[in-house]
Order: sequence, then C-alpha cells, then structure tokens
Amino acid sequence: MSAPQTYTRPIAGWWRRNPFYRAYIVREMTCIAVIAYALELLVGLARLVQGREAFEAWLASLARPWPIFLNCVALLLIAYHAWTWFEVMPKTLPFINLGGRRVPDRTIVASGAIAAVIASLVVLFAFLYL
Amino acid sequence: MAEPQTRNIRIESLRYAPGADATPRMQAWDVPFTDDMSVLQGLQYIKDHLDGSLTFRWSCRMAVCGSCGMQINGVPKLACETFLRDYMPAIRVEPLANFPIMRDLVIDQSDFLAKLESVRPYLIPQAPRTLAEGPYRQTPAQMDEYYQYSQCINCGLCYAACPQYGMNMKFTGPAALALLHRYNSDSRDAGKAQRMEVVNAEDGVWGCTLVGYCSEVCPKGVDPARAVNQNKIESTKDYFRHLLMPRGSGSR
Amino acid sequence: MKRSNKPIFWSLFGAGGMLSALIGPMLVFLTVVAVPLGLVSKQTMDYSRALAFAQSATGKLVLLVVISLFLFHGMHRLYHTLHDFGVHIGPGAKALCHGLALLGTLVAAYLLFKLGWA
Repeated sequence: MSAPQTYTRPIAGWWRRNPFYRAYIVREMTCIAVIAYALELLVGLARLVQGREAFEAWLASLARPWPIFLNCVALLLIAYHAWTWFEVMPKTLPFINLGGRRVPDRTIVASGAIAAVIASLVVLFAFLYL
Repeated sequence: MAEPQTRNIRIESLRYAPGADATPRMQAWDVPFTDDMSVLQGLQYIKDHLDGSLTFRWSCRMAVCGSCGMQINGVPKLACETFLRDYMPAIRVEPLANFPIMRDLVIDQSDFLAKLESVRPYLIPQAPRTLAEGPYRQTPAQMDEYYQYSQCINCGLCYAACPQYGMNMKFTGPAALALLHRYNSDSRDAGKAQRMEVVNAEDGVWGCTLVGYCSEVCPKGVDPARAVNQNKIESTKDYFRHLLMPRGSGSR
Repeated sequence: MKRSNKPIFWSLFGAGGMLSALIGPMLVFLTVVAVPLGLVSKQTMDYSRALAFAQSATGKLVLLVVISLFLFHGMHRLYHTLHDFGVHIGPGAKALCHGLALLGTLVAAYLLFKLGWA
C-alpha cells in the first residue's frame, strides 16, 4: 500500500498570523536601530577626523527635525530591545540555586534591568562630568 | 435534577481527504454543547451524530497522552483541555501547523518521532550498573534539575508553534532538544558528549532564534525554549574547546 | 552532522546585545536626542571634548567596542530576520552581513588610528 498523499500548508506570512509572532518580529527588527546608531557613530567619527568645521556641521544636522524624529524612534526601538533582551535572558541561563532554592525568572529579569539602570547612570555620569 | 443549559456553537473544521481533495476545505456544523464540554467532545459529537467521516486523534481526554493537539482559532492547543464555552459563537479547528496533513485533523508525525529518536533519549550511564549495586540514588535537588523537561507528553504543540521548524523541517526542534537536555541534566546520565553532535549542528540548537512561542503553548510547562537556549552556551563552550584542543573534542 | 560555526557569530551577537541592552538607551538618548535638543549642554559633545575623548585610550576602546559590537549584533539579527521574512538571498547573505559588520569595525579602527593620540 503506497503512502497517502499528504498536504503541506504554505508557511509564507506566518508572522502575521499571531500577536506573539508579531511582537517577536518587532523585537528582531530593533536590530535596524542598533545598526543605524552604530553607523551614526561611525559617521560622527569620520566627521571628527575631517576637523572642527565638519564635526560641528554634523552636530548641527543632528538637530534638524527628521534626524531628531528618527533618532527618537531609534531610542524607542533600542529601549524595547533592552527590555526584551532581559525578558528572555532567563531562558539562556542554567537554573540558578541560591541558599537551596531556585532563583525565579522574574528575579533574573529584574537583575538585568537593574544592571542596565546602573550602567546607564555610569554612562550619564561619565558623559556629563568626565 | 435540572438539565444543564445547552447552547449551540458553530464548529468549523478543516477537511482533507487524500486522493479525493486536491486542497483542504472548511466545513462547519452547529453543535449543541453544555459549558463543561471540551472541543474534543464537540468533535466527538460531530463524528457520532453529524458526520462520521471527520477524522481526528484522541485518547486520554485528560491532557496526558498528547494525542489531540490541533490549531484552535489559529493557536496550538490540546482539544481535550480547551472548552467550547470560551469560543462562542464560532470556533475554527485545524490540524497542527507545520505538519503535513494526512486526513482532516490528523497530521503526519513521522518526522517528529524521528527527531525524538535522534537525540539518544535514554540514560547512558558512566559504567554499566549491575542489579547487585541496587537502584540509582538521586536527591530531590538532582531531580529538580531535569524534572520539568521530563514532563513532555510528545503532543507536538511546540513544533506547531515553532516558525523555524515551519520554515525548515530539518531543525531538530523544541521537544527533541528538551528531551536531549532532560537526559543531559539527569545525574544518572553520562552521555552528554555523545549528544553534542546533535546539539552542535546547524539544525541543532542553532536553528532556534528564541521566538519562545514553544514554551508559551506547552501544556506541561516543559519550557523547551529554555532547554534549547541553554544548550547554545554549551555548544559555544564545546566549539571553543574543540578549537583550542582538537583531540579532546566533545569531552566533558 | 557537520559542526556549525554559529558559536562565533552568536557570541558576538550576544556580547553586542548585552552591551546595547545595558547602555544603548542611555547612549542614544544622550548623544543624538538630548544634546541636539539642548536638554543637555552642547558642550558635553563639542569638537574639543569629542576629540579629546576619541584621542584617549579609553575613548578609543569605548568607541571601537560600541561600534563593532553593535554592528555584529545588529547584522546577525538582520540576517536571521531576513530569513524569517522568507527573503533568501543565498549563502552569500551570511558572509555579506557579517562582512559589513567587520568592515564597519575596520573603518572605525582606521578612523580612531587617524585621530592620533592626545
């Protein structure tokens, strides 16, 4: 008896079918903001090499409406990346036991968020005062 | 004693008869139900009273056998523990996503079963144990390390949830990798090195992008996303160990 | 089964992801939102201060690490997201994505070298 003919459904557009998938895609797409910012820094660095006038012109261009808007979008996306990064962090770590008890996932997420707050404050301090 | 209140719900199911249908079609029935009835019982009503040809898998009716997995309004669920009262006025039932359809709601699970076999899902002890040595001893803490991964009922919901499996059937997949991790985490087992080949492959843990929907849909709290992603670290350690000490590759 | 090379790229992805998660938001806020909008004194990022930073050993390290890891993280994720969308450019896509991250790293290194030391 030959094998019956099975039917395979098309997978295309899978990410549109479910809010969970759509949130995943947004999370993944935050990479655009990370890349864009890195390139922005690279351009800034190049302008710095070109000298005072070029660098100051670049700084002035950042203050224009479109760059401000896009950079605010980038900020939101990178913040979302940071949040989702710590959210999935427990999945990448082995079970942690402290004092004979399992450390719950929410503690790991909170630790990550706190570390981010501390690191951000360090960056803020260094940026303003060092 | 008063009769429980009966309402009607419209159950729409995918139908596919190999050889007869070129592509699947949808068919709907109006099904009387009481609030305690599961989707499975709704399907059984259809089969018993309305259309005897409707084909679906089921067994225990209590979410331990893993037979009745299906897409319910697009979400992978066990039909026996999903209730019609939550889906008024209409519910759509389809076979588990990402699997080839054999007939109606029955999918071809041969690849899933092959994946489970591929991870050496059995204890591989350090040295063979004789009866005289007695049973293995394991502390509650040691069992805690692998317990949740041992709860898998092989229902396949995680494979239906996983878009990476949907796009690439060669991916080992969540349940198989959770099963692999279950054995690696068991204090009685010493077979981690033998399982690394599966872990390290492109279609091993590296096929996963941590969508995480597998753990979301798992009816048993196995958390396969965790099992897979912990092994990315193991695979990375193994990779650099192999790079630096080729002769000792894959050793514990 | 062939051993995957993913661990290399995944490690870079992970390092970049962790770095951008820890300091990304604050960095972006300060450098391209707060300063241009005047929420923070423009002096913090003026030519002299920026040059002094980029000419210092710490500054060079920070700039190189941030640019490089952000790029490796982003390009690795972009590569996988294209696959998720069903866009299959072919086996060269992986080389292109990570190659661009490497290129960005090298350009950053070169520019930092050209700036010299304080």
